[in-house]
Amino acid sequence: MTAIEFNHVSKQYRLGLVSTKTLSHDIRRWWLTSIMRQEDPYLKIGETNDRATKGNSEYVWALRDIDFKVEQGDVVGIIGKNGAGKSTLLKLLSRVTGPTTGTIRAHGRIGSLLEVGTGFHSEMTGRENIYMNGAILGMTKAEIDRKLDEIIDFSGCERYIDTPVKRYSSGMTVRLGFAVAAFLEPEILVVDEVLAVGDAEFQKKAIGKMKDVSQGQGRTVLFVSHNMTSVKQLCKHGILLENGQVSFMGTAEDTIGKYLAVNLEDIDKPLAERTDRRGDGRVRFTNVLFRNAKGDVVTEAFVGTPLTIEMYFDINDPSVDLSKAIMACGLSDSYGMSVANWISDEIEHDFSNLKDEKKIVLHIPALNLRPQTYNFGVQLSIGSTSPKDWCDEIGPISQLTILNDSIFTPGVNLKDCRGHQALVPARYL
Amino acid sequence: MTITPRDRLLALDWREIWRYRDMFMLFVDRAFRTAYKQTILGPLWFIITPVLSVIVYVTVFGGIANIPTDGVPPVLFYLLGISVWGYFASCLTSTSNSFVSNADIFGKVYFPRIIMPMVAVTVNLLSFAIQLAIFFAFYIYYAATGTDLTIHWQVVLFPFLMLLLALMAMGFGMIFSSLTTKYRDLQIMLAKIISLWVYVTPVIYPLSMVTNDKLHLAMSLNPVTPVMEAIKYSLLGVGQFSWLWLGYSALVTLILLIFGLMLFNKVQKSFMDTV
Repeated sequence: MTAIEFNHVSKQYRLGLVSTKTLSHDIRRWWLTSIMRQEDPYLKIGETNDRATKGNSEYVWALRDIDFKVEQGDVVGIIGKNGAGKSTLLKLLSRVTGPTTGTIRAHGRIGSLLEVGTGFHSEMTGRENIYMNGAILGMTKAEIDRKLDEIIDFSGCERYIDTPVKRYSSGMTVRLGFAVAAFLEPEILVVDEVLAVGDAEFQKKAIGKMKDVSQGQGRTVLFVSHNMTSVKQLCKHGILLENGQVSFMGTAEDTIGKYLAVNLEDIDKPLAERTDRRGDGRVRFTNVLFRNAKGDVVTEAFVGTPLTIEMYFDINDPSVDLSKAIMACGLSDSYGMSVANWISDEIEHDFSNLKDEKKIVLHIPALNLRPQTYNFGVQLSIGSTSPKDWCDEIGPISQLTILNDSIFTPGVNLKDCRGHQALVPARYL
Repeated sequence: MTITPRDRLLALDWREIWRYRDMFMLFVDRAFRTAYKQTILGPLWFIITPVLSVIVYVTVFGGIANIPTDGVPPVLFYLLGISVWGYFASCLTSTSNSFVSNADIFGKVYFPRIIMPMVAVTVNLLSFAIQLAIFFAFYIYYAATGTDLTIHWQVVLFPFLMLLLALMAMGFGMIFSSLTTKYRDLQIMLAKIISLWVYVTPVIYPLSMVTNDKLHLAMSLNPVTPVMEAIKYSLLGVGQFSWLWLGYSALVTLILLIFGLMLFNKVQKSFMDTV
């Protein structure tokens, strides 16, 4: 049986500020659609939503012609880059905002979890907030009464339950919010990246609960996440969104593979031609080289050996003040999890000559990371590392493969395993 | 369930609203509980504010400007006037903010949006009830000390008259709340409208004081006037009670509600994109 059905659903957004121009568009739209009975002229001019390129139109399609079905009891992961339309899709399904065109059919009650602790009031106690939050999510008072003890128990905030939420730590607020949502019993559950919060112990608990909900009770779940590990753990099927369109549908494993491949496709392009970058472009990276101890350019290096990374850039805005530059680069694993990061304001550096040299060099004395292929990404910002100050940011620029060797005990190679990337020198006594 | 780009304009899903009745009650309850949290005087503020206004009114309008109150003790006259007007004005203000002030919650979860104006109208009943209690306390005091006060049988209509005011405020507020999601100008305008509206409503003076015929008609066209007059007539024995003009108020309310609901339904699907 089909639980959710998207029929050619599109969603258009208008960019920029609300101004008199908006008013004139609104009046023109009203005149043409309501009085002249014509089509909305602004529906024709939207552009594909590619956040990195500058467009001509102020109307963009956050979602365009989305068409798919989800069977009852299926657990579907929705993946894609930032701005691909994942959250918009969930918003439409949870009826926070309506589609511009097309229809969505859903069979059964929809519970949406786009945020934990919606409607929490800081002056009210934990217990009062459980009722409030539960009611907002669609539970009745009787239902909450019945589940109250379990919710409090799951949240692990029993001691604080009659204290106003404003005295809670942020982690406790999240726990309480998730606990309420975990006991929601809709036929269709819509979850946005809420598992990314809280400490490790809690995340484990939350993932476990999500598994119970989706596997044991035959409920349909739509789940958005950037964390490929949890998508892989939870979902049976996957939908890959790219620029507001469905680019792939299949099993979770295949979809994750496609997503990672899409991410890597860009690597083959010369750095200067890449468009999947963010930042205002005052400075653009043009090339990145890895050099081993001998100074040879490499893409593979043995575990435990030194590595020097040279990052070359062009200055597009001559007025840019590079003395305030903050360089951040790092390695992430194939699931997109960051494993190591080098941020210049945490590390001793000399950026006094950047303007002339047009290159930043990072030296890593020992590559103490488990043998695997890692993606290397860079980000240069001026003044602060907040997104508005970014000059250039590119996710995976190139790959670095770390080769197996013995580092702890001579002659004993490392095991080939997932995770446990940090190799901290140690000895059992 | 089907999600479409647009809803029918006059649709109102009562079954769905009923399903969320617990949430409605919790919102009302929350507003009461948190109204004066972390204040020393707490709920006493519900009493202090109207009493202060009455003192000012009695001094300024009664003592300095010498505006008559048709032979009714000024304290009673003003208390009734400002309680009723205050309820109308606060309902109007809070319903007109329904979308903008709840944008956080509306952006994260769905429930029938119309519940928020309903909550606003209900929450304001609390401070109105307290002011009304003060009014009756004074009423008993004046009656006991020998002041001649008349109550008319129309007093049984009092709850309905208040309901009429609440619905009028809600209809009007919904129109404003729908329009302010995109253009905030109206929010600023509404504050001004309310502060001027009180002067064309017989709140601090009796309608009988307006002797100019044209002005009298113009004031009666204000849909709040007939209700205010009817309330004063039934409780204090002054003012006028006219079924015809009350019918007019009811008609205006109905039109405002229908129009408000249409706009509200039109906006509620897309307002998160523009708020």
